[in-house]
Amino acid sequence: MLLITCPWCGPRDETEYHYGGQAHVPYPETPADLDDRQWAEYVFYRDNPKGHFAERWMHGLGCRRWFNVLRDTVSYDVLAVYRLDEPRPELPAPHAPHQTAETAGGNR
Amino acid sequence: MTTTPLPEHPDWLWRNPEPRSSYDVVIIGGGGHGLATAYYLAKHHGITNVAVLEKGWLAGGNMARNTTIIRSNYLWDESAAMYERALKLWEQLPEELDYDFLFSQRGVLNLAHTLQDVREGVRRVNANRLNGVDAEWLAPDEVAEVCPILNVSADTRYPVLGGTYQPRAGIAKHDHVAWALARRADEMGVDLIQGCEVTGFLKDGDRVVGVETSRGRILAGRVGLAAAGHSSVLAQRAGFRLPVQSHPLQALVSELHEPVHPTVVMSNHVHVYVSQAHKGELVMGAGVDAYNGYGQRGSFHVIEHQMAAAVELFPVFARAHVLRTWGGIVDVTPDASPIIGTTPIENLYVNCGWGTGGFKATPAAGLTFAHTIATGEPHPLNAPFALERFTTGALVDEHGAAAVAH
Repeated sequence: MLLITCPWCGPRDETEYHYGGQAHVPYPETPADLDDRQWAEYVFYRDNPKGHFAERWMHGLGCRRWFNVLRDTVSYDVLAVYRLDEPRPELPAPHAPHQTAETAGGNR
Repeated sequence: MTTTPLPEHPDWLWRNPEPRSSYDVVIIGGGGHGLATAYYLAKHHGITNVAVLEKGWLAGGNMARNTTIIRSNYLWDESAAMYERALKLWEQLPEELDYDFLFSQRGVLNLAHTLQDVREGVRRVNANRLNGVDAEWLAPDEVAEVCPILNVSADTRYPVLGGTYQPRAGIAKHDHVAWALARRADEMGVDLIQGCEVTGFLKDGDRVVGVETSRGRILAGRVGLAAAGHSSVLAQRAGFRLPVQSHPLQALVSELHEPVHPTVVMSNHVHVYVSQAHKGELVMGAGVDAYNGYGQRGSFHVIEHQMAAAVELFPVFARAHVLRTWGGIVDVTPDASPIIGTTPIENLYVNCGWGTGGFKATPAAGLTFAHTIATGEPHPLNAPFALERFTTGALVDEHGAAAVAH
């Protein structure tokens, strides 16, 4: 289970939060000018990195406010938490490549 | 239900060749879908100069991690056609492959716990019948006849109000399915290459001409991408985007028990699905974790939730012990339907986005993907599942029939 620090309420279990997917996806500035391909990009296409990912979370069982989390999608380490009006923190790039051969067994 | 002993399999099922410098077709991903694709490329299209590249070991990814449920009771015509074709192929494959992978048509129950569940279930039964898929609506007492250990009393938090039942659905022994396909593909000349990770793509303009791998450069006339949870990582290396998000999906098994559970039970509302494996383990799954992840493990609260649901539905499970939990990485699309077809890169084809339900589709995914790679055109069954649907808006919204929350 993830331990995420809400900027307003402090550290709480993952179960108190709602996940909102990729952060920093602004509504198009000139929507009337977008073609179908550009609308598809805005509506359906999101980054899916193996490594650092800036994503939105909402503290549903607490203050009910949205904020951003920078998280590693392989280790699940929460690297930074920041408010929507704050820029994405600069962090050193993750050590790539992750897990070239899967180490987990899991055969049944 | 019988307690058939597991079939003995031969010690030697496929060669372990060194990769050659070029192939007509390279398939990325040695799971069920990659192996089935290679099998049908050879069988239906006579294309045998094929390599299947697997970064780990053969069928060691999601193929080794799924809950092995096979059914075709999907809502929309496009999905029903694809999964019903798969089910018909499952019914003939043990004989065709000369390998008893214990395909057991013990039926699947999808339970309804709310009035809306009931309406959705009845609608799906009618849709299934119109598509030639066997389906029945069962009242609670009929549900109990199919699965006597299910608690259908009105005294539970979410009482069973009925359920859909597909008698031809069931389970199969997943490892044996992979080995059966691998043996036949190998016999027809396909090179199955394990420990070979694709690290990059060789391109001539917008056309793919080969792959860079951890075991060197391999030229290819055509490349098929069948890498499940890692599809978008590879697509990025090839220079295009996929509308998929990777999530951990976990499952668990109990220790061995005497045969108690005669069918497969799924519940979307309290969210657990349970069958009893041939050896006797109770096999259970739940929904995906909400967040993106590649860690092949899931959150503990998901297990807590699914086990609470399982014990409420099956009081007899209360003293069963969890033996093992594990996770796979599933690639989820916005409409919960797969993507099979061409990509913006010429000669590069993709089969991905099966989310939580790829195992049941294995033979049809392989058959249609092989057709697409061999001819450059979609098979009628996979034409609706092209990447272009996210631009045209012709989505196949199967969130309801996908049966797993994502």
